[in-house]
Parts: sequence; structure tokens; C-alpha cells
Amino acid sequence: MNKQSNLYTIIYIFVLVVLVGAALAFTSISLKDKQQANADADKMRQILASVNIYPSSDSIIVDYGRYITDSYLVNENGQKVEASEKAFDVNVAVQSKKTASERLLPVYECRLSDGDVKYVMPMYGAGLWGPIWGYISVDADGTTVYGAFFAHQGETPGLGAEIEKPAFSGQFSGKHLIKDDTFRPIAVIKGGAVPQDGSDYVDGVSGGTITSKGVAAMLDKCLAPYSKFLESLGGR
Amino acid sequence: MSNKNVFFNPFSKNNPVIVQILGICSVLAVTAKLEPALVMGLSVIAVLAFSNVIISLIRNTIPTNIRIIVQLVVVAGLVVIVSQLLEAYAYNVSKQLSVFIGLIITNCILMGRLEAFAMANRPWPSFLDGVGNGVGYAIILVIVGFFREILGSGTLFGFQLIPQSFYDAGYVNNGLMILPPMALIVVACIIWVHRSYNKDLQDQH
Repeated sequence: MNKQSNLYTIIYIFVLVVLVGAALAFTSISLKDKQQANADADKMRQILASVNIYPSSDSIIVDYGRYITDSYLVNENGQKVEASEKAFDVNVAVQSKKTASERLLPVYECRLSDGDVKYVMPMYGAGLWGPIWGYISVDADGTTVYGAFFAHQGETPGLGAEIEKPAFSGQFSGKHLIKDDTFRPIAVIKGGAVPQDGSDYVDGVSGGTITSKGVAAMLDKCLAPYSKFLESLGGR
Repeated sequence: MSNKNVFFNPFSKNNPVIVQILGICSVLAVTAKLEPALVMGLSVIAVLAFSNVIISLIRNTIPTNIRIIVQLVVVAGLVVIVSQLLEAYAYNVSKQLSVFIGLIITNCILMGRLEAFAMANRPWPSFLDGVGNGVGYAIILVIVGFFREILGSGTLFGFQLIPQSFYDAGYVNNGLMILPPMALIVVACIIWVHRSYNKDLQDQH
């Protein structure tokens, strides 16, 4: 058979693509459950990290069940809403693109070993090279940050990627989201500067200016819709 | 060329990075820290070895005018399978690699070896050639990653190596080392040292 003929070429590439496509589809389907389980466990690990609990990889699911006592969805007015999805399965990336009034806002209620209740809220935004996300936990009265966790997909190692280090996320503990009865997102700024409006701030990552700005924008955009919910906590 | 030469030449005398100057782009991208550099090196070894074997097996059936496309399909398919496997069985590693694993597809070493070696040789030598070149690439990655992490961050594999007393005495990490241009300068220094030991590689004027 003439291997340079058009017909041979077309049949060859067709068969090859079908074979490779089938191999990929088979890999994807047979590994899907395992990947989903890994992704869920990783999400649980991240949520627990925001309340400063770091379980070993074997005990993530057990610890999540022990500490996270409830999870639900709230709307912009701070009221609980029912939705077809569970709070854990809500895609924060999709929700963060909607207008505030349409958003479903997941809240995870956490009870620590000493009985303290914390509320965890997910965040999602953009860094320099790709998405960044995180979880932030507040005290039972909703005004003060208890802990924070940040992650990224592909920020530069040593620069923007430093946001995932405790040296950065640890700064958030004790900062106020509600100050003088008004909601103020935490600012992320260059060392030495102070925000004009008097809101609390943390130092950005040096060399990671755009990632730091992304974190600031994410805090603003993802936490502002929770302001009514947080204020309602203070009344309890 | 004997199988032994096929395997060992890419380590030094025919190293893909510092002699053939291939794959420089990914050296620049993944070497700010030692750990991603090492994992990237291992992934390239795996993908290069298997794509070399597959292309070598089907080399006599590939129509000449679409051979590059065929090579790309095989490499891309393998890279996706590797990344899916990592996601299922080594989730933490796959998270670290994230974008780097996709970068393997565009690594010029792969296309270079497929085109120059696997298209004309039997599967076993092709496998050795793939592993050899992958190791040659990984060696350079690890050397560059070592210098960039220790000088740029004072750590290795994330562990602090430069003691706090040095910082107290006024030592400062070199911020330039973690920026991409230093990867090229470090590679250039490696080439300089390598050529001065291997006079036969120097250009004659």
C-alpha cells in the first residue's frame, strides 16, 4: 500500500486519534471516582486548615466529620436558603462571577475541641497566572478573623506562590472584618503603607505584587456578600 | 552507536540542555525551587521513554508528511494519561506540578528525540535513548534548582539550610536568583564549566 497517498494519511490519522481518544476516555472514566475522592478530601483539608487544624492525610475525613458540625448556604441578606446542591458541592468559582444578590454563599460551621464555634467562608479569585482561592474563618461573633488558608494554581514559586505559606496566611488571625459596626474587607498592601479608610491590613508578598492585589480583590469581592450574615452573628 | 553510548552520551557529551540547547524554556520555568525541578525531571524521563518506544514501534507505518502531528498526538495523549494517573494516585504531587505537566508537551527535547532517534531506531535503543536524555535533562534541572533555591531562598526542598545567625549578621537572600533570568545565567555558567572540561566541544576559530 502506498504510504504517501492521501487516503492512507487520512485513515491513519483518523484511526490514531480514535485510539488515543479511547485510551484517554477510558483513563478518565476509570480514575474519576478516585480523583473526585482525592479532590473532596483536599477540599476538607483546606477548610480545616483555615481553622488551624492540620490532620494527617489518613484522618482528614474523620476529622472533618468531627469538627465541621454543619454547613449551609446563605444569601446576600444573611438568611439561610435551600438549594438543590449541598453547601460542600457548590462551585465557588461559578458563584463568584454572579452578582451578589444571585449568589449562593456556603458557610461551614466548625466546633473546635474547646467548644468555640467558628464560621468558615470560601473565596475564589485571580492571581497573576491563574486562579487563587482560599478559606477564611471568623469567631462566633462574626467580627474577628480566626484563621485563613490560601492556595493557588500556578503562581511563581518563591514570589506569588508565597501566599500559601503560613507566613502570609498567619497574618490574618485577629484582624477585624467588622469594625465600628461596618464591614471592611482586610487590605493587602506593601509594607509600611496604611490603608486610607482605616480598615485592617496585612503585608503583601514582596515580588508578588499582582498576586497580592489578587488576594485583596478576592477578599473584597468574596467576603462583602457575607457582610449581612456576619453582622447577624454579632446579634446573637 | 552501541546501546551503552545511546544511554550514557546524553548525560554529558551530548546533553540535551547544555550541548544541544533544547528545553531551555522549561528549565527557566520550574527551577526556582528544587522539588518541582526534580519531579518535572522524573515526569519528563517517563514521558520521553514511553513516547520514544511507541513512536519507534509504529515508525514504519507513519506517513512522512504528517509525522510531526502523529508524534504530537502520542506525546499529548501520554502527558494527559500521566497527569490523570498522578491526580488519582499521587494527588499532592499532581497539585504541585499543575501547569508544569502540560509544559512537557511543548518541551523541544521530546520532539527532538522522537524525530531524530525514535523514527529511525528499534524500540529497545529508543527506550534507552529516552531514559538517557530524560536523565540528562533532569541532572541540569536539579543543578540549576539547587543553586537557585539555596541562594535565592536559603532553603533546599523547603528546609531552611542557611542558619538564622547568618541573617542576623546581615546576610540577605539574593532575590534575583528566583527570577527567571538567573536560570539562564546559571545554565550559561554550567555550559562554561562543562566546555572548559570538554575541549572537543569548544568551537574552533
